[in-house]
Parts: sequence; C-alpha cells; structure tokens
Amino acid sequence: MTLAEILAGVFPQGHSVTVRDGLVTGGCPFAGDKTLHVVGVDGDTPLGVDGALVLSRAVLDAVRAGDKAPILVVVDSDSQRMSRRDELLGLNECLAHLAKALLLADRSGHPTIGLIYGHSAAGAFIATALATRVLAALPGANPSVMDLPSVARVTKLPLDKLQEMAKSTPVFAPGLDNMVATGAVHVVLDPAKPLDGQIRDLIADLQPGDDRDRLGEERGGRPVARGIGEAVIAHAGRL
Amino acid sequence: MAGAPAASTDPDALSWYEATARQRVVALADPGSFQEFLPPTERRMSPHLPLFDLPRAFDDGIVVGRAALDGRTVLIAAQEGRFMGGAFGEIHGAKLVGLLRAALTLKPAAVLILFDTGGVRLQEANAGETAIAETMRAIVDVRAAGIPVIGLIGGRAGCYGGGGLIAGTCSRLAVSEGGRISVSGPEVIETNKGAEEFDSRDRALVWRTMGGKHRRLIGGADAFCADTVSAFRQAALDLIGRAPAFDLATLEAEQARLESRIERFGDCRDATDVWARLGVNDPEAVPAMDTRAFDETVSRVREADHDAR
Amino acid sequence: MESLTFRHTTKKPLPGSVPNAITGVVASGNLEILLERVLPPDACEVAIATPVAGYGAVWEAVVADFVARAQPGGLRISINDGGARPDTVSLRLLQGARLMEA
Repeated sequence: MTLAEILAGVFPQGHSVTVRDGLVTGGCPFAGDKTLHVVGVDGDTPLGVDGALVLSRAVLDAVRAGDKAPILVVVDSDSQRMSRRDELLGLNECLAHLAKALLLADRSGHPTIGLIYGHSAAGAFIATALATRVLAALPGANPSVMDLPSVARVTKLPLDKLQEMAKSTPVFAPGLDNMVATGAVHVVLDPAKPLDGQIRDLIADLQPGDDRDRLGEERGGRPVARGIGEAVIAHAGRL
Repeated sequence: MAGAPAASTDPDALSWYEATARQRVVALADPGSFQEFLPPTERRMSPHLPLFDLPRAFDDGIVVGRAALDGRTVLIAAQEGRFMGGAFGEIHGAKLVGLLRAALTLKPAAVLILFDTGGVRLQEANAGETAIAETMRAIVDVRAAGIPVIGLIGGRAGCYGGGGLIAGTCSRLAVSEGGRISVSGPEVIETNKGAEEFDSRDRALVWRTMGGKHRRLIGGADAFCADTVSAFRQAALDLIGRAPAFDLATLEAEQARLESRIERFGDCRDATDVWARLGVNDPEAVPAMDTRAFDETVSRVREADHDAR
Repeated sequence: MESLTFRHTTKKPLPGSVPNAITGVVASGNLEILLERVLPPDACEVAIATPVAGYGAVWEAVVADFVARAQPGGLRISINDGGARPDTVSLRLLQGARLMEA
C-alpha cells in the first residue's frame, strides 16, 4: 500500500497530513472522535539529524497540547542517513531524542502506534517504529537490520549458505516475517479490511508494559530473551 | 563469585581502554562490593552463534550486577568490546533489559552502563535490534522513576549503532579521549557512501568527528575523563548527583538545544570549524590537549553543559 | 566448532578455597577459561570448545603439561577458545589456577 492509500483508509473523511522531503506530519479528527496525530517517514527516505528534529518537534507539540490523542507513526524509510555531517552534528542524540519524544508521549497518555508499510532499517527503525507502544505492519513491508549480501560480507559466510540458514533461523534474517517472530512487530494488518477500524482496535487493545520479549518467545523468533530478562530480575531480587 | 585478577585492579593505574569489562566493573565499584547476576558459572550462552560456527562466551559479552559506589547501591552493566565487538545479541541485550527492569523495584542510586559496542550483532540482528528498542524504553521508565542512568564510554569498540542511540537516552554520559559515540561507524559510511564522504583510514578524522573531545565540546557528553578507572568512577559519582529529570520540560530543552546546534553548525565541514564557532581559541590544538587543558577549554564553552538530555 | 574433553587424576587438590574464577576474553587469538571447584579433590576435567578443528593432540599435550605442573585437583575447567596459540593457553591456565589458589 502507498502512504496515500493508507491515509485514505485511516481518514475516510479526508485529512490534512502532508509529506515534505519524505517527512510526514499532520493530524486530523479520527473515527469521529478526537485527533489522530500522524508523523513518519515516506519514500524510503534516510533519517538524518534534520528530519529527526522535525518529527520530534511534532511529537512534543502533541504532548504539550495535553489532549492525550493517539499518535500514528507511519514508516517507509531507509536506514539512518549515513554521512559525515550527520555524525558531526550528533545523529545519535537526534535519533535518541525522537525516540524519547515518542516514549514520553506514551508515558503521558498518548497511545503510540507504529505502522510500517515499506522499508526501514537500523537507527531509523529504532528511532521511529520501534519506539511506539504497538507496532503494526502491512503485508509487503520490509524491515531489516542489514540485507543478506551485506551480512555475507561482514560474517564472511557464503550468500547461498546464509539464504539457506535464513529459512530456518528468524533471528538474523531480514524481512517482515522474521521481525514478527522476534516480537518487534506485534501484528500484521489486513489490507482488505478498513484500516480505520483496525487502528481503532489496536488503540482499544493497548497492553501496558513492553511485551515484545514475550511475543518473541511465543513465536519462536527470540527463544531465550524473556527468560534471561526474568532470570536477571529474579537474581537481583534475591540479593 | 567469578571476578577479575585482583592484582590488576588498582583504579588509579588501570587503563579503562585496555581493561576488560570485568576489570572495569570490579575496579569501578567499592572494593569487594560487586555481585554479578547470571555469572559465567550459569553458562547462559548464545543459542545462535554455533549455527555460524563461532565461539561463544559464558556471559555473552556483558557483565551485569549490583555494587556499591561510595556506599550507595548501584546496578551496573559492562559490555566486553573484545567479544564480537561488544555487539548486542539476544542474551546480551536481554541481560541489559532485565537489569534496567530490576532497577524499577530495587530503586538503586543509579544504573551505570559501561558501553563498549559496535551495535547490533549481525548473527542475531533481529534480536539485537529489538533488545536495543526494549533497552531504550526501559531506560526511559527508570529515568521517569527518578533513577539516573549514567553511561560511561571509553572502550576499544566505542559506542556505535544502536549503542549510540541508547547512550543518547541516558541521563548523563562520561567519555574519555578514546571513547567514540556515533550511529554509523566510519567503515559503514565509507562502504555505503565512498571514501570521499568519509575516509575510515583517516584516524584523526574519526577522532575529531566521533571522539570524546568533540562530543564533550558540543554537549553530546557531560564529562570528560582521563583514561583511568578512577577518573570514570569520579565522573560517575559527580554525574549521579546532577541528572536531569525525564519530562516534557527536559525534552523541550533538548529539542531547542539540538535545533540550535544544527542552525549554528549545520554548514560546518569539519569538527575544527565547529570548535572555532564555539569560541575555542586554537581549534587545531584540541586533539593534542591533555585532560587539564581540555577541561579549561570546555569550561569556556557555554554549549558543553546543560540539563537538556 | 569442535568439542574436546580431557580427564586427569591428580596427586593432590589445588590449594585455596575460591569456588570459581574466570580469566581471559573470547577474541581472536585469545580465550576465556572458567574454573570451578566442583570435582573430587584428585580429579580434574578440562572441556574445550574451539572453532579451530584438528588440533586435539596439541590441546591434549598443553592440558597434560598444565595438570602435571599445577596439580589442579578438584577443578572443572571450561574453555571457550577464540583461536589462541598453545603458549597463550598455557599462560591463561596457570593464571586461572593462581586465581583459584587465592
């Protein structure tokens, strides 16, 4: 699905969400109720210092408004923008700031919903979609940490062997199915059904806390993380 | 309790950069106070590395536990940069997440994260990436509960990739000359964008762009340390005492701080251009300055100290 | 990965009372050694996981030499090897035994 199709599905009555330099911002009445804020990255755009601060500004504006309105984070991005300028200016601070703004919004009572409908990777993925309370995907989305040819280069393993391993080992292979198995993506939406209803249901069903390790264990993509985290907590409590 | 060789843990003599994660933790804490959670004897090793025919570590490259710092209880995590580049795998990440979640009930005086990481472990990339997101959420929860989360950065692997984002989520950061904080590493930028964009073999360029002195001058870190464990200990104690709150006011201030930085320095090509605009008299001299001279330089730079993090 | 296990009988137990210790780091050309005082006082077991296959005879000799010199009775020793040279292995084993004697 394209961003235009998604927005038409979320806001059947029309909307004023805009895209500028690949950055998505806006907000409109949603499902006849209060505002739904929208921020995000479109068009496989890399996220650099400038873009991160545009998005964080929009998120903080929503928090300051104090309306506890939900925030939809739509993502079809590249990875973080890889450049000397971005690192010189503190890309790590800007991406972390965006993630913190989304986490603050969540803590302040704004339901935060990620929706990945295209690509996303690495720092851009962490600062946007992965900083929401619940992350949904549309079929065809392609989140990844690194593509397999690059993994082959770094790990010095043959590409065909990696492709074979990827079939049985979701923990390292790129792609939506594997991110679902890891628990990073909570749910895959049905593009044949109205999107506004599916988003409304996600908001209504929001769970407290961070349940991604439990999902990863149940789905088999992250078999031990939940148990390890629990064991650390238990050990800490015994001392 | 498994520990480091006792003979080499004099905090004044021990180089942070050269020390192992275990040596750092033992020497940083009050003597004899460190207690490890899931120590090596429990053999919580990666279930994934054998598929890649790679050796495992008994602690998966991270030491987590509890210690006293000047008599006060702190939780500590220390990454081992020499094992798989200190990268986040499934267990490695889950130990850090578990430690932060434990802080919510234990309410320590602080959580200290001794970063030494290249980012995500590619052999366990999806688990590592998700753990980084969980870590950032957990840090925010801990900070919001009024517990400072302090990052200490001076290891050989630096603090790259998702590690850089986690660092940016902490309440305060201390960094040494050898510490580097960045998202894309020099080799990653060069591989993707070419040597004209970033020549990763130009080590001076790497230190200027990503190193501890640049981060300290622009306010990307809150303390600059000599490369000893005792210097990091002193910095940690100092930073715990002045950690900013996690709230809208802090993030609004950070928004303004970062916007102002990009407005003022967005057209600079090199770190020395940034330092000149910050008012540093002799920017070319910064890389060679010793800690005392550098501290004096920092004290005259208004942007270096703030509560906007 | 290749797994090797060597079992020895020692003339005496390793002195000291430290229950366990770890030394070294798994890195290229290095290794980590975990020592645990969990066996009968005249027994020593050394288990090795190494990514470099085909050096069983070298490991056997290095371990036998260490056992003869240190008499590490009571120790179970577990090694994660990153491709260390035999002299590095010997050094780390003796280092580990010293930590246990403290």
